[in-house]
Amino acid sequence: MIDQDVLERVLAGATSTGAEFAEVYAEDKRSTSAGLDDGRVEQVTSGRDRGAGIRVIAGETTGFAYTSDLSEDGLAAAAGAAAAAAKQGGGGVRTVALTRSEPHRPNRIVHEPDAVAKARKVELLNRMDDAARSFGPEIVQVSAGYGDSTKRVLVANTDGVLADDEIVRTLLRINAVANGDGGMQTGYQSMGHTVGFEIFDTVDVEQMAREAARQAITKLSARPAPSGEMPVVIKHGTGGVLFHEACGHGLEADHIQKGSSVYAGKVGTRVANPLVTLVDDGTMPGEWGTLGIDDEGQRTQRNVLIEDGILTDYMWDFLRSRKEGRPQSGNGRRQSYQHLPMVRMTNTFVMNGPDDPDDIVASTPNGVYVAKLGGGSVNTASGDFVFGMTEAYLIENGAITEPLRDGNLIGNGPKVLQDIDMLANDFSMGSPGTCGKDGQGVPVGDGQPTLRVKALTVGGTAA
Amino acid sequence: MSAVDTTAELQAVADRVVEQAQPGEQIEAFVSRGGETEVRVYEGDVEHFVSAQAEGVGIRVIRDGRTGFAYAGTLDEAAVREVLAEARDNLEFGTVDEWAGLAEPDGVEPTEQPLWSDALAEFETDRKIDIAKELEKLTSGQDPRVRVDDANYADAWGEAAVASTAGVRQSGRENGCYVSVSTLADDGEDDDAETQTGFGFSVGTSPEEFDLDRAAREASERATRLLGATKPESGRTTVVFDPFVTAQFLAVISSTLRGDAVVKGRSLFADRLGDEVAARHVTLVDDPTNPAAYTSTDVDGEGLAARRNVLIEDGVLLQFVHNSYSARRAGAASTGNATRGGFAGTPGVGCLALSLVPGTRSQEELIADVDDGVLVQQVQGIHSGVNPISGDFSTGAAGLLIRNGQVGAPVREFTIASTLQRMLLDIVEVGADIDWLPMSAAGMSLVISDITMSGN
Repeated sequence: MIDQDVLERVLAGATSTGAEFAEVYAEDKRSTSAGLDDGRVEQVTSGRDRGAGIRVIAGETTGFAYTSDLSEDGLAAAAGAAAAAAKQGGGGVRTVALTRSEPHRPNRIVHEPDAVAKARKVELLNRMDDAARSFGPEIVQVSAGYGDSTKRVLVANTDGVLADDEIVRTLLRINAVANGDGGMQTGYQSMGHTVGFEIFDTVDVEQMAREAARQAITKLSARPAPSGEMPVVIKHGTGGVLFHEACGHGLEADHIQKGSSVYAGKVGTRVANPLVTLVDDGTMPGEWGTLGIDDEGQRTQRNVLIEDGILTDYMWDFLRSRKEGRPQSGNGRRQSYQHLPMVRMTNTFVMNGPDDPDDIVASTPNGVYVAKLGGGSVNTASGDFVFGMTEAYLIENGAITEPLRDGNLIGNGPKVLQDIDMLANDFSMGSPGTCGKDGQGVPVGDGQPTLRVKALTVGGTAA
Repeated sequence: MSAVDTTAELQAVADRVVEQAQPGEQIEAFVSRGGETEVRVYEGDVEHFVSAQAEGVGIRVIRDGRTGFAYAGTLDEAAVREVLAEARDNLEFGTVDEWAGLAEPDGVEPTEQPLWSDALAEFETDRKIDIAKELEKLTSGQDPRVRVDDANYADAWGEAAVASTAGVRQSGRENGCYVSVSTLADDGEDDDAETQTGFGFSVGTSPEEFDLDRAAREASERATRLLGATKPESGRTTVVFDPFVTAQFLAVISSTLRGDAVVKGRSLFADRLGDEVAARHVTLVDDPTNPAAYTSTDVDGEGLAARRNVLIEDGVLLQFVHNSYSARRAGAASTGNATRGGFAGTPGVGCLALSLVPGTRSQEELIADVDDGVLVQQVQGIHSGVNPISGDFSTGAAGLLIRNGQVGAPVREFTIASTLQRMLLDIVEVGADIDWLPMSAAGMSLVISDITMSGN
């Protein structure tokens, strides 16, 4: 994308006014998406995003500028702007020697999406539309989307780091609307991986569509969700967002250093039921949050955050680990070249426990069984979090009974981690997610076995 | 910030694309350029300073009822040619749609809006940093329990031009700025320690309009007022929404009144035109021509004049909002409600500056009439717990209990739930305290009865 000698000169120029660190992050992303709605392929879209963000650090101040001009002149201008923004006097001549890192590619790509005919991508949408509509006459509307992207990334900095990565993403989603006597209900399924078009050799897209249709139709006969505190059982592969929100964000080192996390100062202490081991792992092949390097050029790795209930470590990026004098953990990420990196999760999951999933339901006299969770959010300072249930059922006398209408679940992160009292042995990863923080969205994965929280607040309308 | 107006250059890029239309082809080109300054201050120092600009083009091509689209984040000539070629290629894969097409000029003259401030464009960088530092200082001085998480100054400018074979040709530029501050308030020691968060902000067409004192005061109050909050008892109750909460509620309501949702059978109000869908004292207006609105504009995302549309009047549903596509399908005319997120997307439909017609009484007077209820000061999870297709509404909330017309103890970690349909009918009163917030809806206090509160 950019020659090594150009990078070395730009970095030297960026620090010539005295800043101690400079970094170039360049990306070149091609994407294709297609949307189907109301029985029509409305539009195929092609996109090209290319540019570089230059970060210059002087003392505690970071200057940042970005440009879509990847020529040496364009980069030098952005570097000048970033250096001026970091505001340093003094200076001197500095030389920068880059050492190219060994490539780290957790994923093997068989069929590059760019080499696959657009007609084949559109065909997936038509197949899903047919499958959802033929599932039942109650299905009155279907929308579906396909997306792929190939992003080449290059990171170089004055510490001598020179690393690159290529991330391929393939995404498919479907939303079905069912109509009945009590109004409309919706069902949703999505699938996303950091692999090529070969994913569709194994994923049954019709089954995905039928699943969305089934959810919508099931909810037509749903009754209002209960309200108040009760035991909640969360199905495997759908509740990872609970951990992402309830504790993941609170374990990001930027929140820790500013004292805006309930987990500050808690390393080595018990923060969860001993059943719980929580991991963030950017190297899992094919998963949505997987990367070869993070967006600061650091190789991704597997980080154990909570082990048998004891808090073992936080997640780190360049700035926060530098301040602490410790290694980075491969968690420095950004939305695009137009954004500054910060501490972010990759694939966050809870490992298997000892229980049989059926026993968990059977040993719950009354409560709610959540078969699908929606999005959520957390206040890292108080630990209060909320997330939506998009498919849920009542548990009565140890059995799953009637479907419930949509509602929110709320709780407090530290409390919920202690309140997980059963954990099954049926781990699976969940749907692709986009995590929002400080205005930036990045792709993340999550996963968990079936589990029970002994008390969460269910926000329905029934008494 | 660019003080030089380059909209003519952008218009020329758009015009050149449109000139390349072949017989039977409709083309729309949207070209934009913009930049931002962002200063974040922490403990008296600049934590980061961002200064950058970007540009790009999006091209939509329609032929024989098929639509294709492509974009690129550059105005490089070769890249623009490639974008047009990609858009043409992409249309081959679209389904024929008899309603596909571009917006036709409708003769409605845009209402001129003061969208550009030279004072902001020429504002010195050092003073931007000083403002952020001043805000941090003012906020930390409010209350000994309050810490500042970060204080920010940000401004942005944008120029855009659109041209189409249907004869639309519009360009313009705008800029704006805001300050914001995030706070933490601590109470108690060690394991009993409790931390709550708050925020404050001020927006303006130029920094002279900032009210830093109010931003600092509100950031401190929002963080401290929830200290010691407990979880309330479950039950049915009356809620009073703070203006900030009402604005978020209106944004959800607006998605049910979108023309595209109506024509595709996704609006719960699709068959309800002329019906009483809200309480009698509810009048809902979308008016981007109101200069007081944060999102006021002269033209919509397709280049048609933005206009005032009354959606609900005295509780009766009068109309939906449309762009040219949803209007064509509905057999109506565009209401000038095309939205566009930038060059990387095609126009959508949405309300541009939504507000309830305010009532006559203050929040204090509204509360005085509530025997038993909750003043909801913040909601959490509106995006995850509200389904605008089924109408189910459930959100996490925090605020103050109301007893005998007086606000009392703080409460948090509870949910409020109902359905959108019922909430509109259950509106008891609309407050007079209209506040145009930095979003596409205004807020004011709102009293809603018969909400399910879920706590202990």
